[in-house]
Amino acid sequence: MIAVVDYCKGNLKSVERGLRAAGGDAQIVDNPVDIAHAEAIVLPGVGAFDDAASYMAASGQMTVIRNSINSGTPFLGICLGMHLLFEHGVEGSSTATGTDGLGIIPGTVQRMPSADAQGTHYKIPHVGWNTVDYRHETALPLCEGIDDHTYFYFTHSYISPRNPYTQATTEHSVAFPSIVDYHHRVFGVQFHPEKSSDAGARVLKNFVDLVAHIHCE
Amino acid sequence: MLAKRVIPCMDVKDGRVVKGVNFVHLRDAGDPIELAKAYDAQRADEVIFLDITATSEGRKTTVDMASRASEELHLPYCVGGGFRTIDDMRTMIAAGADKVSVNSAAVADPTLLTCAARAFGSQAIVCAIDAHHVAGSRDAWEVYVHGGRTATGMDAVTWACEAARRGAGEILLTSMDRDGSKEGFDIPLTRAVSRAVNIPVIASGGVGKLEHFAEGIIEGEADAVLAASVFHFGTFSIREVKTYLKAQGIPVRL
Repeated sequence: MIAVVDYCKGNLKSVERGLRAAGGDAQIVDNPVDIAHAEAIVLPGVGAFDDAASYMAASGQMTVIRNSINSGTPFLGICLGMHLLFEHGVEGSSTATGTDGLGIIPGTVQRMPSADAQGTHYKIPHVGWNTVDYRHETALPLCEGIDDHTYFYFTHSYISPRNPYTQATTEHSVAFPSIVDYHHRVFGVQFHPEKSSDAGARVLKNFVDLVAHIHCE
Repeated sequence: MLAKRVIPCMDVKDGRVVKGVNFVHLRDAGDPIELAKAYDAQRADEVIFLDITATSEGRKTTVDMASRASEELHLPYCVGGGFRTIDDMRTMIAAGADKVSVNSAAVADPTLLTCAARAFGSQAIVCAIDAHHVAGSRDAWEVYVHGGRTATGMDAVTWACEAARRGAGEILLTSMDRDGSKEGFDIPLTRAVSRAVNIPVIASGGVGKLEHFAEGIIEGEADAVLAASVFHFGTFSIREVKTYLKAQGIPVRL
């Protein structure tokens, strides 16, 4: 079972449906015990970092997900779910250092700057279809069959920090990580695959196939 | 680079698309989901369902529609019309809408935008503004509410700035003067609002020709362009519009 983690923030049906259409046995779950037994975990993204992280910490989901990731369970974080892979996030946080996330990848999730290095202004939130640009020539397991510079749907105001696991970036006011790949098992995507037409469906299928492959090893 | 968006808008009453749709390949052109799927296939960047239902029974039908949309569509969609409270919005977002658009209720109580942004995030909150040119002035537009029936005395650019400040994530800007005219977007209005706010602006009202879409983006500085009848009647397909925009040097997702 692929656990689509419900942290009481809006609609998860389109993520669940997308994974099922890709052949995955996806189920929306909130109970930490169910999450602990899942063969893979998908953390969808809506709401603010502080809200989500606080809820997850209080409900016990945070510890369970961190333990599962550390013991090799495949993981896909979408939008805010990607942000939660990092150590800290300042969105909605009352402290200067930010609220604690899962802490799998180092760094702090920050607000996207509203101007680029030349001082040109950009509209924030970053809403709409933008290209995902690969950093490496090597095959990306999550992007199998998807061309470099393909458009995906984004809607967010905060971005992940520069980090060694960045597999693709996207440009708005700055170039920010749009795909992270942590040891080919743990992934984060800043865009919404469940809203990104056929390319998005392919990302979800690649993840589902990867989960099946890992469990056959 | 972020692509400029092309957005078809559907008026929905009691769960059915109204204002005539003339699509030849649809089994049921009155079904908003069937129509949205056709637009998805043409590479629409998102779709907006504008609920013009007046009854609570009809509202329930619209919530059911939003729920079906979340299961059958693979693109983002916004539902607008008739929201009075945070709970109204929550129901629609829980049903699967990516965004909700508010108009009259936000004018009546601007704190609604603040509360909605806090509850659902700015990215989910669209503030719709219906603006009418002020007679005798070149660069002033007044906000109207209740489907354009009631003047508010508020300046459209000032209101757009306040809406953004209060947490709206996008402005859906309709020129009442141009709506239905096929004369093109109100460029001075679109540009004035787009320059005044730091959130995306969707231009609406007046498209009749392909050139109008490009004008809205290049001269009006809009982030997205919306149209209804030219798409519903098949005057242009979404793909034709995007191919045209690309030829004008505008970044689009083809």
